[in-house]
Amino acid sequence: MNGLFSEVFISSLVSGGVIAGIPLIYAGLGEAISERAGVLNVGLEGMMLGGAYGGFVGALHFHSTWFGLLSGGLTGMIISLFMVVLCVRLNSNQIVVGIAITLGAEGVTALLHGAIYADTYPRVPVVHPYAIPFLSNIPIIGPGFFNHHISAYLAVVVVFFVSWVLKSTGIGLSIKAAGDQPHALEAAGGGVHRIRTISVLSTGLLAGLGGSFIVLVGAGLFVPFITNGKGFLAIVLAMLVRGRVRWLIVAGVLFGMSLSLTTALQLAGIDVPIDLVLMLPFVLIIVVLFAFGRRSYLPAALALPYDREQR
Amino acid sequence: MSALHDETTVVAAERVSAIEGRLTRIGRSMATAMIPVIGAFVIGGLLLAVLGRNPFSFYGNVIHHGLIGSLGRQETLIRMAPLLLIAAGLMIAFPAGIWNLGTDGQYVMGGVIVADLGPELAPHFSGFVLFTTLFVVGFAVAAIWSLIPAILKAWYGINEIISTLMLTFIGLRFSAFLVKEYFYDRETTVPQTRVLAVADRLPRMFSSRVHIGLVVGFVAVIAVHFMMRNTAFGLRLRIVGMNPKAAIHAGMNMKALTLAIFTLSAGFAGLAAAVNIAGVDGVVRAEWNPAVGLLVVPLVFLARFHAASVIAFIAAFAVFQVGGESASRKADIPNFMVLFMVGLLLVFMALGEYMQLRSSRKH
Repeated sequence: MNGLFSEVFISSLVSGGVIAGIPLIYAGLGEAISERAGVLNVGLEGMMLGGAYGGFVGALHFHSTWFGLLSGGLTGMIISLFMVVLCVRLNSNQIVVGIAITLGAEGVTALLHGAIYADTYPRVPVVHPYAIPFLSNIPIIGPGFFNHHISAYLAVVVVFFVSWVLKSTGIGLSIKAAGDQPHALEAAGGGVHRIRTISVLSTGLLAGLGGSFIVLVGAGLFVPFITNGKGFLAIVLAMLVRGRVRWLIVAGVLFGMSLSLTTALQLAGIDVPIDLVLMLPFVLIIVVLFAFGRRSYLPAALALPYDREQR
Repeated sequence: MSALHDETTVVAAERVSAIEGRLTRIGRSMATAMIPVIGAFVIGGLLLAVLGRNPFSFYGNVIHHGLIGSLGRQETLIRMAPLLLIAAGLMIAFPAGIWNLGTDGQYVMGGVIVADLGPELAPHFSGFVLFTTLFVVGFAVAAIWSLIPAILKAWYGINEIISTLMLTFIGLRFSAFLVKEYFYDRETTVPQTRVLAVADRLPRMFSSRVHIGLVVGFVAVIAVHFMMRNTAFGLRLRIVGMNPKAAIHAGMNMKALTLAIFTLSAGFAGLAAAVNIAGVDGVVRAEWNPAVGLLVVPLVFLARFHAASVIAFIAAFAVFQVGGESASRKADIPNFMVLFMVGLLLVFMALGEYMQLRSSRKH
C-alpha cells in the first residue's frame, strides 16, 4: 500500500518529525530565553554544532547516552561563554559575534572530527526508546509520538518549566525586563548584565542539548556540519512563538516533519525531486515569517548592548 | 620671486605633512587590523599543536603553496576575482545597515543560470558580447533572487538576517534541482551543466592562467569605494545605515533605497559567479556550494569598507585558502582550517573594537 495516506508514510513522518523536531524545540527554547533578555543569538547554529560534537565525544568516552547529552549541553554552554564575554560584557556586535561562533564551531568540529575519527567513523551507543503506556498503543500515530528516548519527553518538560519560570517567577520578570526595559531593570537593582549572562548560558546549554540529541538519538554518529541550518530554523521558531514558548512544541514537531519528509516519502515509495523536498522547511519558514512575522513581537532592546554609562 | 618660491615650499611642506598624517593613519588602522589576524594565527596554531601537527610547517606550507610557488600564486589571483566582487557587494550593503548574509545563495543562483546559458550562447556570439551578456545575466539573476528578502524587509519589516540566511539554503537546493532536472549535460554521469569550452572562456593575462576577471574585481571594489564615499547616492546609503529615522525625516524613499541596496549587493555576488564560471570553472555541478560569502563578511568589516584594505585582506585570505588546501593535505587534516581561522578572526575583531572604544573613552 503506497501513497500519501499509507500507514508507513504517516507513522514514519510522525516519528521522524519528533526526532527532527526535538532539537528545534531545545534550541528554539534557548533562543527564546536569550531573545527575551535582549540578546539575538545568531551563534545558535554554532552552539548546536558544538553540542553535537561534545555529545558525540562524551557518549563515546563514557559509553552512555546520558553522559553524552550532559557533555553536549556543557559544550554548548562553554561556547556561549564567547557570547557572554563579547556581547554581554564587552558590548560587541551580536550579529558579528554570532557569525563568528557559527563559523568557528563549523571549522573546529570538522577539523577535530576529521583528524580524530575520520578513519573509523565510530557510532555512539544505541538508544533505547521508552514507550509511554496506553498512548503508544494509539493506532498509526501512537508509536510515532510516544515511543522515543526519554530525553525527547524531557524537552517537553523543560519547555513547560521555562514557560513557568518566564511567567510566574521573579527571575522570569527580570529576563523580560532585560530585553524590554534594561534601564528600568538596572534602576530597580536587577543587574542587566547578570540576567543576560544567565540567559545566554541557558541558551548555550539548551542548544548544546539539542545538538547532541541530533547525534545521539537521531543520527547515531557525527558528521561535519550535521546541524545543517537547524540552528537558524530554531532562531526563526523562537521569533515566531513571540514569547509564548509552549507553542515551540507544536512548531518544532511541524518543522521536524517537514525536515523528515524526504525519508517518509522514500519509504512510501513516492518519487519527488529530493532537492525540492529538502528545500521545503526553509521555504515554509519564509512563508510563515511572511504570514505571521509581521506581527511578531520582539523585545525593544533586542540586539542592543547594554551600557551602564550610556542612557 | 623668492617670496613666491617660499610660498610654494610651504605649500609643498604642508602637502607632505598631510600625506604623512594620512600614511600614519592608514598605518595605525592597519596595525589595529593586524592584531586580530595575529590572534587568529596563534590560536589556530595552538589547535594544530593539539592535533599533533606542526603549526610552523603548516603555516610555512600555506605561504609556500599560496604565495611563493608560481602555480599557487596564479591560483590565488584567480580565486581573488570572485571574492573581490562579493566584497564589493558587501561594501554597499553593510554601511547601509543591510545585513545581506545570503551571498552564497545569490552566488549559486546567478552561477547556475550563467553556466547553463554560456555553452548555449558561445557558438553564436564572440568574446566581448558573450562575456558582457553572461556578466549582465549573472548580476540580474542574483539581483532578482534578492528581491525576496528586499521586499520582505522594505514592505513587511521582516528581518533580513534570517531571510537571507534561509534563502541561501533554498538557493542551494533550488540550483541543485535545476541542474538535475533541466540543465544537465546528457553525456555525463554526474549531474552537471554543459561545459563552456576552454576556448570560449575569459581572456587570460600576462601569459598566465589568471583571467581578466581579476581586473573586473579590482575595478568593482574601487568603484564601490568611491561611490560610497564621494557620491550623493553613496552618502544616502550611509545615512540610511547610520540613522534610518533621520533618513526618513530627510524625505528619502526608504523602500526604493532598500531595493537598490539589496539588488546591487546581491548583483555583485551573481557577477562574481559569472566571472568565475566564464573564467575558470566553465561548469556547475548539482551539489555545488563554494560557501565563501559568509567568510568574506568579516574581511569586509575588518577592512572597514576601505578599498585598499579590502583588497589586502582578500589577497591574504586567498593565499590562505589556496595554500591551506595543500598544507592540510600535507598535514593529513581536513581542509577546514580557513573556516576556523575566520571565526577566530571575527572574535578577535570584536575584542579589538572594544579595546579601541575603551582607549578612546579614556582620552
